[in-house]
Amino acid sequence: MTQSTNQLLHQTSLSQVPQGLSGDLSVNETPLIMHPLSAGFPSPAADYAADGLDLNSYLIQNKPATFMFTVRGESMIVAGIHHGDKVVVDRALKPKHKDIVVAVVNGEYTIKRLYKYKGLVELRPENPDYPNITFSEGHELQIWGVVIGVVRRYSSHSSRV
Amino acid sequence: MSSSNQNSTHAPLFALVDVNNFYVSCERVFAPQLEKTPMVVLSNNDGCAVARSAEVKALGVKMGTPWFQMKDLAKQHGILACSSNYTLYHDMSQRVVEILRQFTPKLEVYSVDESFLQIESVLNAHESPTHLGSEIKQRIKQWTGLPVCVGIAPSKTLAKFANHLAKKNPSFNGVCDLSNMPKQDLYQWMSEVSAAEVWGIGRKIAKRLEGMGMHTVLDLVQVSPQMMRLQFGVVIERLCYELRGLSCLALEEVAPPKQQIIASRSFGKLVLSLEELAESVATHTARAAEKLREQTSLTSSISVFIQTNVFMRNEAQYSQSIQIPLAHPTDDTLVLTEMAIKGLKEIYQKGFRYKKAGVMLGLMTDKPLVQSSLFEDHLAKGKSVRLMKTLDSINTRYGAQALRVAATGTDQAWKMKSENVSPKYTSHWDQLPLVS
Repeated sequence: MTQSTNQLLHQTSLSQVPQGLSGDLSVNETPLIMHPLSAGFPSPAADYAADGLDLNSYLIQNKPATFMFTVRGESMIVAGIHHGDKVVVDRALKPKHKDIVVAVVNGEYTIKRLYKYKGLVELRPENPDYPNITFSEGHELQIWGVVIGVVRRYSSHSSRV
Repeated sequence: MSSSNQNSTHAPLFALVDVNNFYVSCERVFAPQLEKTPMVVLSNNDGCAVARSAEVKALGVKMGTPWFQMKDLAKQHGILACSSNYTLYHDMSQRVVEILRQFTPKLEVYSVDESFLQIESVLNAHESPTHLGSEIKQRIKQWTGLPVCVGIAPSKTLAKFANHLAKKNPSFNGVCDLSNMPKQDLYQWMSEVSAAEVWGIGRKIAKRLEGMGMHTVLDLVQVSPQMMRLQFGVVIERLCYELRGLSCLALEEVAPPKQQIIASRSFGKLVLSLEELAESVATHTARAAEKLREQTSLTSSISVFIQTNVFMRNEAQYSQSIQIPLAHPTDDTLVLTEMAIKGLKEIYQKGFRYKKAGVMLGLMTDKPLVQSSLFEDHLAKGKSVRLMKTLDSINTRYGAQALRVAATGTDQAWKMKSENVSPKYTSHWDQLPLVS
């Protein structure tokens, strides 16, 4: 800190401190000098500081209703959902035609695309090796939630740059 | 009781939202094949039933029944026993509270599965209190998969009673609003429920009431509250007013800091040696101290207790505790562990097989209010504060118990028995539910 800024600080502090308080402090105890000050021009970008990208807020719309599942098997591979992927499931959304959903079939979870039109309700895999799941009259389809995202981490072991 | 409707915005109106068979319901959300299976969740160490499915309740199994006493019944009816998965229950509980806060910020989290909401100020957005209750019930079911019941009334005690009615009588469809119920019907319900069911009536008082000829909730409404005050004191007087629909208990939005912290567990297998007991006591001390720092309190007393298995009648029995006053209030794990181990050495007796050990912190003060003693070493204290902060932040980041005081040992053979615990479906990447 240069001599001149030091003097400046003394002057401003004394003139700005309310009368009663300034009377209690001797000039040597001026509190402004107690911590280091950077006298440079403040960063013009400080007002625009952001927290960075948050994957949670990107993937999740409704936290208390959102759950994650691990995918087993390749029944949705054409939809880009692979064995081992994590899927984000939102229970608050109303499932509509062509949504990918997690449903309960025979007491087990299954991930398929929902087809719901002209009175027909079907769960279709996106892999020709797997059969459609159809629902006969009076058999209620139990949908657990709507799949709104998929997360995959590649297990590459490259070293850091 | 004044029947308040949605237009009288100033009289308080409470809703008690309570998850049905909470622990069992949490297990079922992630295991749909268990929807109809009779099941119980067992307490720590697989001891007693702490949650029962409707099927098990129908078999007459009471809350807190030890598992070994119901094993025959379980075999006969195919009752499934789950170990408790508190990580999962805590997560689900937080989801429920978060959803409830969307209805009103005036909320008291009463327990892991129950919250009081004060709703008179948000009623204008709804057709009736019952409609609001149904919407709460429906949204929690849709968003979390958990079934709840809602009791609505002008006082907290009555809201509890309303919730009880909603649970026991399917005709309410899970939502019971007493504020709009004709007096005649209300009195009819009150005459059918035992006084012992009322929130705040303990077993002892229920017995005394019996002796005085008061058996039902209605009897408590008809008796003079002033007379009850002379007999039982102000708490029961207030309870009688509450049952008449006069709100005396306000919503407690912020839980007051605990005046006692207890950390204890039963051992998975019986423990003989001082070393193993010491490991356990040190671990409990660390956990208790962590809780203490969380609520920014200091303690002036630590107690240690050990006991053998009281259920084993043929075994030699021993149980002992010791309280150690501390010269300076502290939240320092190292100081507390040292004292706890000293205490343990005082009470330990060779030759017994121990079932349980624990510590209790008492005589709490808020941290900033403590006067520092003339004889304290300030430099050492500053170091200790930093050390405890670092300890807590590392344990938060890398999982409880990542960093421990050396006395807690490393193999911990005594750890809790939980043989049939479900995955941590909502909090661990490697334990998510599977879908194919």
